Amino acid sequence: MSPRSHRNLGTPLPLVPTPPPLILSLSKDASGRAGFLRLPRWNLTLPSPWKLVVGIVLAWGCWVTARRFWLGLGAVTHLSDRMPWGLWVGFDVLCGVALAAGGFSVMAMVHLFGFERLRPIVPATVLTAFLGYVLVSVGLLYDLGRPYNMWHVFIMHNPRSVMFEVAWCVILYLSVLAIEFSALVMERFRWTRALEMLGRITVPLVIAGALLSTLHQSSLGTLFLIVPGKLYTLWYSPYLPLMFFFSALAVGFAMVIFESYLSAFAFGRSLERGIIRELAHILLVTVLFYLGIKLQDLFARGALGALFVPRMETWCFWLEVALLAVPAAMLLDERLRADEHATFLSATLVVLGVIVNRLNVSIVGTYAYSGASYMPSFEELSVSVFLTTLGVLAFGFAVRFLGIFEGHDNGDGPTPALQKPAEAA
Amino acid sequence: MTLESTRTATGAPAPVGLLIDATRCIGCGECARACRAEHGLAGELTPDLSASAYTVVREKEGQFVRRLCMHCIDPTCVSVCPVAALRRLPGGQVVYDADACMGCRYCIFACPFDVPRYDWEKPFPVVAKCDLCHRRTSRGHQTACSFVCPMGATVSGPRGALLEEARTRIRNDPGRYVDHIFGETEAGGTAVLILSGVPFDLAGINTAVSKQPLPETTWRVLEKLPYVVLNGGIFLGGLAWIIRRRMQFQRHPELAEDLPVEPAPPKGEKP
Ligand code: SF4
Ligand code: SF4
Repeated sequence: MSPRSHRNLGTPLPLVPTPPPLILSLSKDASGRAGFLRLPRWNLTLPSPWKLVVGIVLAWGCWVTARRFWLGLGAVTHLSDRMPWGLWVGFDVLCGVALAAGGFSVMAMVHLFGFERLRPIVPATVLTAFLGYVLVSVGLLYDLGRPYNMWHVFIMHNPRSVMFEVAWCVILYLSVLAIEFSALVMERFRWTRALEMLGRITVPLVIAGALLSTLHQSSLGTLFLIVPGKLYTLWYSPYLPLMFFFSALAVGFAMVIFESYLSAFAFGRSLERGIIRELAHILLVTVLFYLGIKLQDLFARGALGALFVPRMETWCFWLEVALLAVPAAMLLDERLRADEHATFLSATLVVLGVIVNRLNVSIVGTYAYSGASYMPSFEELSVSVFLTTLGVLAFGFAVRFLGIFEGHDNGDGPTPALQKPAEAA
Repeated sequence: MTLESTRTATGAPAPVGLLIDATRCIGCGECARACRAEHGLAGELTPDLSASAYTVVREKEGQFVRRLCMHCIDPTCVSVCPVAALRRLPGGQVVYDADACMGCRYCIFACPFDVPRYDWEKPFPVVAKCDLCHRRTSRGHQTACSFVCPMGATVSGPRGALLEEARTRIRNDPGRYVDHIFGETEAGGTAVLILSGVPFDLAGINTAVSKQPLPETTWRVLEKLPYVVLNGGIFLGGLAWIIRRRMQFQRHPELAEDLPVEPAPPKGEKP
C-alpha cells in the first residue's frame, strides 16, 4: 500500500449536486487537501438539527452507560434467565461482526486475487472493519456481566468452547486490522520506510486476516449448534457455520457499496461507477450462493413444510429471505445492475436482510422455547444507537484526518460540480 | 446409603449422584431450606430456580418433584464456558468459580435443562446453580438435601449404585413407577436420577432433551478448524502466488522472457 497505490480507476460520475453534509466536516486548505500534520479543526457546517440529534443521542447514551455499569444488566435490559441473550448480543456483536466482514474479503480480493479495480476502496474498508471490530469489543463490555474478567481468555483455556475460539480469533483479527489500519496512519504522515516494511508482510497478513475471519464468522453460527431443542427448526441447522460465513461475505460487500455511496454524498466526492458495478457482481454471486445453501438445507432436513406453518417465526423467516431475494432479483437485471442508485438500494436490502437473520437466530428463534416475551428495552436500544453513532462519527473524523479519500484528489480529482460550496469557495 | 459406599475400592471418591424418587416426596421443602442454609443463600425462596434457590420442589399432577442441576456426565455448561469457570470435578460435581467467570451467559443459554440462573439485579452478577454440595460430597459425605430428607425421597451415593437401586425399585413395584429413569441417558447421562409415578412430561420435566451429549454438536465443527486453517492457508497462499506472478509477468513481459530455462548443455560434452 504505497501512498499512490489507490488511484482512481473508475470513471468519476457526477452525483446529485451539493448534498447536505451529514457528518461533522473538517476544514481543508485552499487546495482542498488536509494540510500535512495540521490537526483538523471542527467546521460548523453541520446543519443544527443533525447536531442536536447527535448531541441528544450521545448525552443519553452516556447516561445509560453510567446506569448499566452502576446498577447492572437487570436495571437497563429486559434480559431474563429465559432470554439471557438479547439485542446487545444479536445486534452489537453478531451484526457488528458480520457488517465489518468487508475488510477481510476486499483485502483478499485485492491483495491475493488481483482485483486491482477494487484497490481504491481498500483504505475505506480497512477503516470500517477496524472501527467495526473496536465497536464490537466495546459492545461486549456492555453485555458481559463481569467485563473486567474479559482478559481471562488469555490465561484460562477451554478449547472445547466455541466462545473461546471466537474470542481468540476476534482478538487476533483485531490485531491484524490494527496493523492494516496503522498503514493508513503511516500514509498520512508519509512514513515511507515503515510503509515499505509493512508492504513486505502484506500478503501473509491478508491471508491471516482471511483465515481468522473465516473461523470466527462461521463460529458465530456454531455458537447456536449447542441448542438443538431451543432454536426453531427454520434456523437450527448443521449448516449454521457455513450460512453465517457466506452471509457475512455477502453483507461485507453490501456494506462496502452502501458506504461508498453514502460517503460520496457526505464527503462531496465522486462515486466510482466501475467499482460499484464490480462489487454489484460479486454481491449478486454471494447472495445467490447463500440463498442456495439456505434452500438446500431446508430441503435436506425435510423442513420445507415449516415455511408454510402460519406462526410468527415463519413471517420473520420470510422477511429475511425476501430482503435477500428481492435485491438478488434486482441485481440479476443488467440495467439495474448498471444503475448505481439501484445497486445501492439492493445493497441496503441485503444489509437489512442479514441484520434480520442475525436477530432471528439469536432472539426470535428461541422465543417459542423460552416462553418469554423479550423485547429490547429502550435503554438497550439506545446503547446500540449510541455505539453506532460513535462509529459513524469516528469514521467521519478518521476519513478527514487520514485523508482516506484523498487518493482520488491525486488523480483526476473530484468533479467540480460535486464539491461542496464551502470548499469550492 | 452408607458413607463407605461413596468410595471406590481404592479409596478414591466414586462419582457421586442423587436419586430423587418423586413418588416418595411429600413436598415438605426441607431439601430446599437445607440447601439455602448450606450455601448461605439470602433472599426469598422463589417458586422456580433462581439466584437464591438452587433447588425447588414443585407440584405437578398431584406429585412433588424437585428441580436442580442434573450434573451431566458431559456437561454442556462446562463445554461452552470460554474461561473454564465451570468445571466437572473427578467426583462428578459440576462447580462454578465466580472469580473466573466473565459473565457471557453462554452457560445459561446452552444448558439443556435450563438450570443456571443469573443475579440480574447485581452490577456484576454471578451464575447460580447447585454444586452437589461438593465440599461435603468430595469428602464422602451426603449432600445437604439428601441428609435432611425425612422420606428418603432424595438419597446420595455413587451413581452406579443409585442406578441399580432405581432399577430394583421399578422392578419390585412396576405399578408405582413410570418405567424410565430420567437422567440415565438424557444429555448423555446425568449424575442426578429421577423416578416418577406420572409421565415425565406431565411432571414438568423436559423429556424432549437430546439423548446425545450436547458438546458433541459443536465439537464436530470445532475439531475441523485446524484443517480449515491449514488447507485454507495453503490454498489462499498458493492462489495468491500464482495470480500475483501472472500479473507481474503481464506488467513486465521482459521478466517472463528471462525465465524460460536455457537448454542445458548436453551431458558428457565438455565445453
Ligand atoms: S444440568 Fe445444566 S447446569 Fe447442570 S451440569 Fe448439566 S448443563 Fe450444566
Ligand atoms: S457466564 Fe461465566 S460461567 Fe457461564 S459460560 Fe460465561 S464465563 Fe462461563
